[in-house]
This record gives sequence, C-alpha cells and structure tokens, in this order.
Amino acid sequence: MSSDIRFTDFKSDKQPTWCPGCGDFGTMNGMMKALAETGNDPDNTFVVAGIGCSGKIGTYMHSYALHGVHGRALPVGTGVKMARPDIEVMVAGGDGDGYSIGAGHFVHAVRRNVDMTYVVMDNRIYGLTKGQASPTSREDFETSTSPEGPKQPPVNPHALALASGATFIAQSFSSDALRHQEIIQKAVEHDGFGFVNVYSPCVTFNDVDTYDYFRDSLVDLKEEDHDPSDKEAAKDVIFDDETEHQGIIYQDEESVPYHERHGVDEDMSVIPDGAPEGATDLVREFY
Amino acid sequence: MAADFNWAVGGEAGDGIDSTGKIFAQALSRAGRHVFTSKDFASRIRGGYTAYKVRTSVDKVQSVVDRLDVLIALTPRTIEENLEELHEGSVIIYDGERTTMQDVEIPDGMIGIDVPLKRLAEEAGGAIMRNVVALGAACEVAEFPIENLDSALEKRFADKGQKLVDNNKEAARAGQSYVDEEYDHEFDYDLETTDEDYVLLNGDEAIGMGAIAAGCRFYAGYPITPATDVMTYLTGRIERYGGHVVQAEDELSAINMALGAARGGARSMTATSGPGIDLMTETFGLIATSETPLVICNVMRSGPSTGMPTKQEQGDLNQMLYGGHGEVPRFVLAPTTISECFWKTVEAFNLAEKYQLPVYLTADLSMAVTEETFPPEAFDMDEVEVDRGKVVDEADIDDHMSESGGFQPHEITDDGVSPRAFPGTADGAHMSTGLEHDEQGRRTEDTEMRVEQVDKRNRKVETAREREDWSPREFGDEDADTLVVTWGSNEGALAEAVEFLADDGLDVRVLSVPYIFPRPDLSEDVEAAENVIVVECNEQGQFADLVEHDVLARVDRINKYNGVRFKADELADDIKATLAEGVEA
Repeated sequence: MSSDIRFTDFKSDKQPTWCPGCGDFGTMNGMMKALAETGNDPDNTFVVAGIGCSGKIGTYMHSYALHGVHGRALPVGTGVKMARPDIEVMVAGGDGDGYSIGAGHFVHAVRRNVDMTYVVMDNRIYGLTKGQASPTSREDFETSTSPEGPKQPPVNPHALALASGATFIAQSFSSDALRHQEIIQKAVEHDGFGFVNVYSPCVTFNDVDTYDYFRDSLVDLKEEDHDPSDKEAAKDVIFDDETEHQGIIYQDEESVPYHERHGVDEDMSVIPDGAPEGATDLVREFY
Repeated sequence: MAADFNWAVGGEAGDGIDSTGKIFAQALSRAGRHVFTSKDFASRIRGGYTAYKVRTSVDKVQSVVDRLDVLIALTPRTIEENLEELHEGSVIIYDGERTTMQDVEIPDGMIGIDVPLKRLAEEAGGAIMRNVVALGAACEVAEFPIENLDSALEKRFADKGQKLVDNNKEAARAGQSYVDEEYDHEFDYDLETTDEDYVLLNGDEAIGMGAIAAGCRFYAGYPITPATDVMTYLTGRIERYGGHVVQAEDELSAINMALGAARGGARSMTATSGPGIDLMTETFGLIATSETPLVICNVMRSGPSTGMPTKQEQGDLNQMLYGGHGEVPRFVLAPTTISECFWKTVEAFNLAEKYQLPVYLTADLSMAVTEETFPPEAFDMDEVEVDRGKVVDEADIDDHMSESGGFQPHEITDDGVSPRAFPGTADGAHMSTGLEHDEQGRRTEDTEMRVEQVDKRNRKVETAREREDWSPREFGDEDADTLVVTWGSNEGALAEAVEFLADDGLDVRVLSVPYIFPRPDLSEDVEAAENVIVVECNEQGQFADLVEHDVLARVDRINKYNGVRFKADELADDIKATLAEGVEA
C-alpha cells in the first residue's frame, strides 16, 4: 500500500500556527518526505510529540499520534514500539523537551536502542513561552530570564548521545531541505535509535542562531571525507566547538536494536478472549 | 476453628530468614494446611532484625495474631523483639554454640531447645544449611511429618541439583533427630496434615498473575518497595505469553512507556508505591483526557515522603481519588484479599478498556508481602473473561468518521464511550492529546466542544456506575445494630475479629468495600445502623470521610467549565433558575 503514498498524505487538515518562516516547517516537511520515501503510510506510522512549539507537529501531521506531557515523548515512543514492532515510530520535540525536562529520558532511550527515530527541533530558545534560555542556548545569549546570558555552557546533545552508547547520531538543518530529508531518512532506515538534532531556527526570539548564521557556518560532513563508522572521528566532530556540522556524525553498522536483543517481536494488541493458553501453569507454580 | 499454630524464624538481615520461612510455609501448604505469613522487616529496638512469621491451621487463616508458639531465634535480639508474642510454654530453638547465643537467657516459663545448628549443618555438607537444621528441629517440636519439609526443599533447590537437595534433607533430619534424642519433653503441638491441595502466594504475585491472565502484554516499572514483587513476578513469566517487562529510568518514564504501549493497542500496566504515584500523577491527566486504558497499581506503604517504606498504611486514598490538576475521571479499585488481587486485576483491565480511562488498582504492603493459601480453584483461568470494549476494525471504522473523513476517537456518544482504533487500522490514523480536543482529537478551545468533551468523559463514569456491579462484600450478622465498614486488606483481620466478638456475645455487620470510585452507595446501610465504625490503616479516616460525604444532604451546584469565567448577569440568572427548580433536600 506504500507505493502510491505521497508525503502530503502525512499532512493533516490543520494549518500550522508556527510563525511565518519558522524552521519547524522545513523540519516537518523533511520528516513527512522521509516517511513516505521509506514506504510508510499514515496508518502504520505513530508520531509522538513533546510540548513546545515543536510539540504542535503531531497536530499538523496526519498519522497515529500522541501529543503528550512535556519531556516524556521518548518513553511514549518506546512503549508504542515495544507493543507494536510493526509500526514505524517517530518521536519529535524541541531542545527544551529533549535536553532539559526530558534529558534523563534521552540518555536512557539512547542506551536502549529501540528502533525508532528521534528528531529534535533545536532552535536554541524557548519559543512558545516567548523567549527564555534553552539548554542549547549560548553562554552569553541574552533572554528575558537571563539578561546577561545563562552563564553556563550549552548541552552538547551529540556528546550526550555518544556517551550513552548511541548507534546513530546526526545533525541536519531545516532549511537545507534535500539534505535534511536525506539525513532523516537514514535515521528512519537505521536499525536502532536514529537520533537527529535539527537546527530549526526561531525567527521571532533568536536573533543569533539564524538562518543566515547556519547557512554561513555549516560544514557538511559529506564533503569532509568523514567516516561515520569511525567513532574516534565522530568524537572529533562532536567536540569541535569551533564548527557547526551537518551530516551523519556516527553510525554503528553493527547496531542490534532492542527488539532483537530482547526478542520483542509480537504485535501485542492481539490477545485472546480469555486467559492465554497455558495460564494454568502459573497457578501450578504456587503449589 | 481448629487450633492455630504460630511459628517464626528471626535473625539479622542476611541470615536467609525469608527463604527459611518460605520453605516452612511451603511445607505446611503442601501438607494441606492453611498458611498466612507475615514479615517483620524492621526492629522495635534497632535496625538489622528481620523475621518471617507463619500462622497455620487446618482451617482458613487470614490474619496475623499476637501469639508465637515456636520461635527459631538466630540472634538474642529475635527473642527480645518477640517477648510480647511469646507465652508460657512457647518453644525457642537456638544454637547455644553460636558465640552470640552462648549467654542467651530463655525467659521464665518458656522452653529453650539448644540445637548445634551450625555443627550439624557442617556434618550434613555445609554450614549454610543451619537454618534447615532448625526447620528439622521445628518439625520434631511441632510433630509435623518431615516428608512435607522434603517436598518444600525439593521445590526450593530443584534447579541446584539433586546433591544439594539430598544434603538439605539430611540436614533437616539431623535437626529432627537431635531434638528427638536430647529432649524427652512432650510438646503439645500436633500439626496434622490433610489431603487438600493449596497454592501459596502473596498479593503482588496475585496481581502479576492476574495481569497475565487478563492479557496484559506490557509492563514498565521502576523498583520500589513494596511493589517490586509485581515486576519481579512478571519478569521471566510474561514473556512466555508474548509480553515484555521494561525497567524504566524512573516512574515518569515507566508510566509514559505504559501509556505508549496502550496507545499501540496492548493491555498495559505499571505498578509502584506512593512516591512513584507522585511522579506518575504528572501523566495521569493525559491518560484520562486522551482516553487511554491503563492500569496503574499502587501498592501502598507508609508515607508521607519516604515515610516508613517497609511499613503498612492505607494513606494514598485521597491521592488516588483527587491527584492531578484539573478534573480527571478515573476508577479506583481496592481488592480486599489476596485472591481478589487476582480477580480485581482482571476486572481493572476490562474496566480500563471498556471505559477508556486510567484505573488505579491499589493493594498495600501487608497484602503485598503476605503469603496465603488458597485452593487452586480460586484462580480458575477458565473464568477469566476479556472485554476490550469498543475497538473498531477496518470493517466498521467507516461508521465513526467525521464529515471531512477523519476517524473520531472522541466521538460524542450517548454512553460517553467512543470507538478505539489501534495503529495499523486503515483510515484510523488520529491524534491524541492532553490538550482539549474535538471528536477527531484535534486541539480546540471552542467553548461548546470543551463542554461536550468534559461531559462525554464524565458520562463514561455514569455509564459504568449503571452497568457494572460495585457491590461490597458482606459478612457477620446482617441484622446487627453495629455496622463496620472497611476497605482494602483489612478484610481478613476483620473477618476473624467478628468471630472473636461473637464469642463475646457482640454481633456486628461488616461491609468490606473493594470499590473506592465508583463505590457502592452505603447511605441506607449507614442510616439503618445504630453505630457505624469505619476501619482503615491511616490517621485521617480518608474512607470514613467518603462514607460521611455520601450520606450528607446535597447542596445545589452551579458549575462552569467551558474555559470562560463567571459573568455577573449570567450568575444572577443561574441562581434564579436554580432556586426556581427548588432546593433539593
């Protein structure tokens, strides 16, 4: 049923209320195209969204979806995928959702290596609450709650992922549509947890990390002779504070996803009308 | 009732107390005797002490009592801790060769049985078996056929090899013959055996088994006393039935994983205790408003905060009823016995799916750690019914589409229950959200739709109130002037207390309530009784408050919940309209 699926099938009939020019438009388009290109359709796709501007994505996309509690999108996606290995799961959220309130879950979702895609729409600002510092804001980035900047270094999400045993780490830019889609697609196709941080500029509250800034500064790893299977090379990219990169930073080609390690491969939604066969064995154990 | 026998083994944490006690309980159960166990985790004097206690009779036993007939004391403190329970003629088995026990004093009137536990164990193959030597000694004192102990040892050590089983049997016999040869005292105990078959299990295990029976396939949890046994039970077992257990990084994650699995169409649950419920409450409103069926098991312990983690309390009732911001429809079930832990778990899953809302299933510490015997028929798997509610498939999904062709998971219906489509169902793709939403699950702030959705969610509760059986269990004298009401795990103690009271010529009627919300209307029963006493393990009387609330005369209510504040002229009109309808008494 997938051959005639177009990416617009993943569009809902709700018009986005993101600010005109918001990076999230491009991020979402790339996600929809990647899903269509990988043979998915809305009825076999589950999108989990966090809270924040990015969290609205579940409303604007058409698929099975849950728009959940702030910071808990990854656990929800984990549960969906474990119950339904047959369903394509994509989790999306912002930098606040993923690296602040949800940071604990990020580390453990990476470790589990569940076969799903995690897209972080990183604008380095809290947009929906009208401009406060986010965990990826620059140290000197002035906001209403940090008049002189947060005075603490930004989180390095790629480093966090690497340190947690990630099997797929990537960075894309919402405005570089083709490249962004290609990277998301690689994450979808990856056997395991496909993590993509997307620079998704906020045109209203962030006048530092702008489209122009990323256009001018981004270096594409594809053109840099970077070998994504080389962990040491990935480390160099991740800890290079001087350069903004895009591309596949690290991919473990030997990745064994959670469901294979744990033998979780059944569609759990199908159960009998009564106790499962052999349930009486459970009672006998208590003799 | 036949005479009961009360036995305990106590020592330091790490002395293998639990495992020793469990073997003896198992032996009694396999001998066709009823068993009711309890654990002392913590000390009256100072930390480190632990004991496993067994009450047994050929009749049903369903409570602990303040009496101890035979005590295996591995430390002097074990005797001190149990002075109140020990009585004239109680037997204390100890190892006088153990350094700490050399100078132990056996209280006046009690019988000390000094058995060289360690030495006899070493002779049988290893000092580690000293507790088994003590069990053999206890068999001799209680005139309990040692073959039953063999059977329990086989069960316990079967996977460790026949050699180990044989060594343990030999150790037990060494203890038995030592007492036989060294003491000619006639003990008054005679633990007769019967041909009855019993199973022995605790509340957490009954909940876990109920979950598997009900078709639960996914469990996510974070370890916490006293709920961990639910998770431990399911691990390694649920997989045999196509399920999976995940140990999450915290309770926030656990409940969201369980929620995700439920959105995927699995029967899904989590279990925790009070501190975990605090965290899970964050997600509770989302479960309710996205109309996701989920079973949340709360095995209560003593609070608040870290409280007394290994002690009993039923203090979370209000939290389960009212926890979470906003107004959240939910059910709260409180099984009153260990076998009911099984059946109420099955019921919780059916209710959750039929009414598409979160269901609290609450047990408490004393029920969780108590092992009790039941005839295996008490867990008849053929009686388990699974009702998944209004799940639609590709054939009937067209009946639930909006005019624009979108599936309506929050369709406004007469009974409040909307259709559910699992991911993968063609044309069923839809959004669910913690935001107020329309019938398709799309965000809305429309004042009318807001009211329709709130009413629809509450209508499910009304529907359930009418369709389901929320009766309490009743026992005692139905014509008595005194009504005693209780909930949760107190039922067993109360059932036996009623017999003690009857012996003293005092008749009482008891209602044991397993449903907290919705709950049975007890107002007629309360008003008909001369005295009403509500029994519960907490300080404030949280269930008593509910009983009082239910018999109070009602006030009239003006409520507004469309998202707009009261306006003066509107409010004046509302008050007039209410008065015109007449204030109900």
